[in-house]
Amino acid sequence: MPFIPHTEADVKDMLTAIGAAGIENLFDEIPAGLRIGNLHGVPDGLNEQEISHLMLERAERDGRPLCFLGAGAYDHHVPAAVWEITTRGEFYSAYTPYQAEASQGTLQLIYEYQTMMTGLTGLDVSNASLYDGASGLAEAVLMAIRGNRKSKSHRVLLPTTVHPHYRKTARTIVKNQGVELVELPYDPRGGNTLAAALKSWEGQDVAALVIQQPNFFGVLEEVDELTDWAHARGALVIGVANPTAMALLRPPGQWGTDGADIAIGEGQPLGVPLMAGGPYFGFMCCKQELVRQMPGRIVGRTIDRDGRAGFTLTLQAREQHIRRSKATSNICTNQGLLVTAATIYLSLLGAEGLKRVAQACHEQTRRLVAALTENECVEPVFDRPYFHETPLRLKVPVEGVVRALHAHNLLPGYLLGKEYPELGDALLVCATELRTDADIALYADHLNRVVAAQTRAGCPVQPKMA
Amino acid sequence: MSNIPVELKYAKSHEWARHNDDGTVTVGISDNAQDQLGDMVYVELPEAGQTVTAAEACAVVESVKAASDVYTPVSGEVVEVNEALSDAPEKVNQDAYGDGWLFRVQPSDASELDALMNGDAYAEFLAAEAH
Repeated sequence: MPFIPHTEADVKDMLTAIGAAGIENLFDEIPAGLRIGNLHGVPDGLNEQEISHLMLERAERDGRPLCFLGAGAYDHHVPAAVWEITTRGEFYSAYTPYQAEASQGTLQLIYEYQTMMTGLTGLDVSNASLYDGASGLAEAVLMAIRGNRKSKSHRVLLPTTVHPHYRKTARTIVKNQGVELVELPYDPRGGNTLAAALKSWEGQDVAALVIQQPNFFGVLEEVDELTDWAHARGALVIGVANPTAMALLRPPGQWGTDGADIAIGEGQPLGVPLMAGGPYFGFMCCKQELVRQMPGRIVGRTIDRDGRAGFTLTLQAREQHIRRSKATSNICTNQGLLVTAATIYLSLLGAEGLKRVAQACHEQTRRLVAALTENECVEPVFDRPYFHETPLRLKVPVEGVVRALHAHNLLPGYLLGKEYPELGDALLVCATELRTDADIALYADHLNRVVAAQTRAGCPVQPKMA
Repeated sequence: MSNIPVELKYAKSHEWARHNDDGTVTVGISDNAQDQLGDMVYVELPEAGQTVTAAEACAVVESVKAASDVYTPVSGEVVEVNEALSDAPEKVNQDAYGDGWLFRVQPSDASELDALMNGDAYAEFLAAEAH
């Protein structure tokens, strides 16, 4: 199916057919006072040559730093075939076409994506994707409240080990809908959510508990214990998962006795480059019994009246073009193009390939931590197992160190002090399968020099105990 | 012409109400409503014990075409719901006034039924709506 907009002749024919002089006339019923006229701050259009020049200039300003920064978006290897295939004309569209069933290939691709995601999360159904992981959490919170008929409360427990941006986004979206998001503290030693933190909610009406695995610090949560705690009290469990990590760790559908009820997460690690923050895509899966509460599009496989297999959008009666304000969501869409890339990425890697990527990430991160903590001014913040990132504490002011490392064309990690001031001079470091041993050695070397320069006589505090 | 039993009461939002001998009120959607909606695929019911207020949405009937709210015609407490619909929502199409009933309410004020239409008035209402 070609994605070519109307030609001038098409537009003219359509206007003639309805007897309108021009496109502007179609908006006659909007009073002049309600029209914006021109958009202030939006410059005139540029031609291809001008825009290419501008974009190259901007891109060069970013340089090509060596990236040890994770915190929600990860620098993975993307096989060349992924975007070669994704950008073919047959796939190159951001959306599910409006006359969806005319594009059987697009629907088949989404159906295969959904199948892969249910396999990865260990749940029954997947939607066709959401904007991103952060809005996915907001949708999951609203979905859990709709779907939990045992709970009369609109209270959802949200550990502070969940990505701070996800928490902010969820709050922004649900705050005017009477939802109470209660933040739970983490263990300062382990960096995980303790079952003890849940004690004060014993006997109270809670609609859902959110658990991120691995959590924002990269630390592994006690997902079985937390999931069973929630289910025993009538609360649903929303798992926020890293898709790469799921190839190694038990997926949300297998947490505890009954598994998480909803899983969401950021799909970017699956074949989507970092792209200055987006667009990425969110994934969402759930148990069968919650499918009617799930927002977004779902592609189903069916047969036509001659018995031939085909694909169709299903359960559309929940959606906004039919249910209007009562729809499961009025602010979601799928990210068709990025889902296309993710589906091709997963097809190329396979289950075994994804597992090897996850293992390599974990291995390189362990090496990174070992190399950096050889410096006596650097130590791990937490003592629990992690996946592919973990916080390190510096005994010198961390901002200065990060600035100096930037000058060496290195992204050393994420500064945790802004969101977690109690952690002090902490840096969340990450290594994916792309970071070689030589990269890690380079980072350690630069770090040692910068720290030495800052402390002159070395570390200002006592050396570590052996 | 749709089937409109004269002994029932009807709301403008196309629910029917039957005042039972035990004082409870059984609620469903009219034959006309099921016909307009088409093949039912799912029915979401209130919970027994739930308190409902007249004209409040407390159930959803979902057909292949649309998902529509069902408004209770009387206030009170839901005493029973038609569990059979979870496996067989098509009963609403097949027998809207019988096996396709949705829920039963113990009304807090049975006089709310007087505000509803009788069969003849509902037939006229449908005829007017069709024009």
